[in-house]
Formats: sequence, C-alpha cells, structure tokens
Amino acid sequence: MAFRVILASALCLVSLIIQPIGPAASPANAQDSLPPAPYAYQQLDNPAQEQAAMELMHSLRCLTCQSQSIADSDAPLAGDMRHQVRTRILAGEEPEVIRAWLVERYGDYVSYDPQISASTWPLFAVPLVLLLLAGIILFKRLGRRESQEHSDPGS
Amino acid sequence: MRWTLWVPLALFTFFLGLAGYQLTQPKDEFIPSTMVGKPLPEFSLEPMLEGAPGVSTADFQDGQPRLLNVWASWCLPCIAEAPHLDALKEEGAQIVGVAIRDTPENVARFLDQHGNPYSRIGSDPISAIQLEIGSSGVPETFVIDGAGIIRYQHIGDVRERDVPILLDQLEKAR
Repeated sequence: MAFRVILASALCLVSLIIQPIGPAASPANAQDSLPPAPYAYQQLDNPAQEQAAMELMHSLRCLTCQSQSIADSDAPLAGDMRHQVRTRILAGEEPEVIRAWLVERYGDYVSYDPQISASTWPLFAVPLVLLLLAGIILFKRLGRRESQEHSDPGS
Repeated sequence: MRWTLWVPLALFTFFLGLAGYQLTQPKDEFIPSTMVGKPLPEFSLEPMLEGAPGVSTADFQDGQPRLLNVWASWCLPCIAEAPHLDALKEEGAQIVGVAIRDTPENVARFLDQHGNPYSRIGSDPISAIQLEIGSSGVPETFVIDGAGIIRYQHIGDVRERDVPILLDQLEKAR
C-alpha cells in the first residue's frame, strides 16, 4: 500500500514536470482522445454485483500491461475490459461465464485462475506426484529404521 | 558416498539453469487470438465517417475474403503500416477498418495524411469488437474468409515482407 502511495506521488510529480511540454505534442502521441467506457471506472450500484465484478476483475490479466490484473491497470484496454465485465454482471451473467468468454478469445493466458486442461494438468499433477514420492521415501526410511531397531535392540 | 545424494543438487542446478536461461530470452508480448478458425462473432458497428459505411458481421459473409484491420489514429505503428495497406489494396485486397477509441475528426485527419485503403470503417469506442475477436492491441490485421470465418491473424504493424504473406492468406481463404 505504502509503495503505491509513493508510486502515485512520483507519477504526479513526473506529470507536473512534463505538463508544460505536453500539450504542444502532436495528438497522435496521445493514447487516445475518448473518455473511458462508462463502466471502466464507475462501480455498479448493487454492492453484491460490484463485489462479484471486482473479484473477477482481480483474476483477469490486462492484455497490454501483462503483469497486472485489469482491476489494477489504467490502460485503456483494461478499462474497456472492466466495462465488459461490469455490464455483463449487470445483465445477470455469472462471473465464470464471463471468464470463459474471454478464455475462448485469448486462451488460458487471460485468466489468473488456471483451470485443468490439456496444457495445464501437469501444474496440478506434479505437486501430487512429489507429495506421493516424498510419502513413499519417508515411509520406507521410517520402516527401515524401525526394523533396524527391532533387530538390534542394543543400539 | 551414494550417488543419489547428488540428485537434489542436480535438480537444483537444473532449475537454476532453466530460470537463468528464461531470463535471457526476450519477453514474448504477442497474445495470439484463439478465435482463428472460428466464425466472426455477431456485431454491428456505426460508420466512423460520413460517406463511408459501417461494419457488421454480414459484410463478411458474401463469399469474398477480406482483411479486417484493427487500428487507430492515435497509434504510431499504424502510420508505419499505412503505405503497406495501400499496397495490399492495390493488389486487390479488400480492407475493412475498425477504428478503436477514436473520433471522426482524428480519423479523417489520419486518412488525409496517410491514405485511405478502407472500403468500410466502423467505430469501436469501447474496444468491444476488438475483445470479441481476441485482439489485444493496435494495429492487428485478420484474414476473414468468404463465409465470415477468421482464418489468420497478423499482430503488430504490417511491414513490407508481410504484404505477400497476407495476399497468400487471402488467396487461401478464397
């Protein structure tokens, strides 16, 4: 949190410094000139719906700033994705249906909540295999020690 | 000393090496659309300019393959690709434009300066169609076959060497 405050104030400072030169730059350099989509920054009236939208937005990847969720990003495309999420929630769609809609278009990559599929199953299987392996090794070692103790009560 | 004792160290070194190797690889920023091979979703976009028609799914279903170019007047690489889109048009390609988060004034100015290869230009102020077809930035160019099925995606600006590739893809989509 503190980091974000520092970052935000640093950005403010930078924009203050850049401002005097900014307006002279050509409009082509700007990201775009349109206001954000209606629901990019505006919350839904119904708190339960907003919370559902928020939870989903935190687990969807921003496509232009790839290490952030769309909830965390100020990129225009992330705003447009938030608009899609909120309007679809408002229309009564289930969050997982909206996630599936995006995964159909961008693949598993767009979701921070990996599902078991042909390409992701090792992600889930490897920990289980390792746990099983560790269990077997532990069991064997303990078993061996026990049998040693039984055969050699003097030690 | 038993050889199995070395297994954890070997594994550790292997993963260290793997991570180190991956760190030296350039980051892949292209997110391919998983809509290639699927039909264009239903949509209808208002015309961006007076005198040039808007864009809807039905425009792609008349048996003619087309290029669908997602672009914007505020996008710098779009300026770089403009002459190559003109070249594609001269070779007979039909190019449909979707302008992302743009205004008629800016689009008109862009086309005045950099040429207008588009047969139609739709306005997509909230990136709705961009998201529908799995595009994650501007510019991107899709090949749509005559039945309205997405056949090919080119990510980034079209360069000179991409022109024959796109023409070839258009031919294949015929």
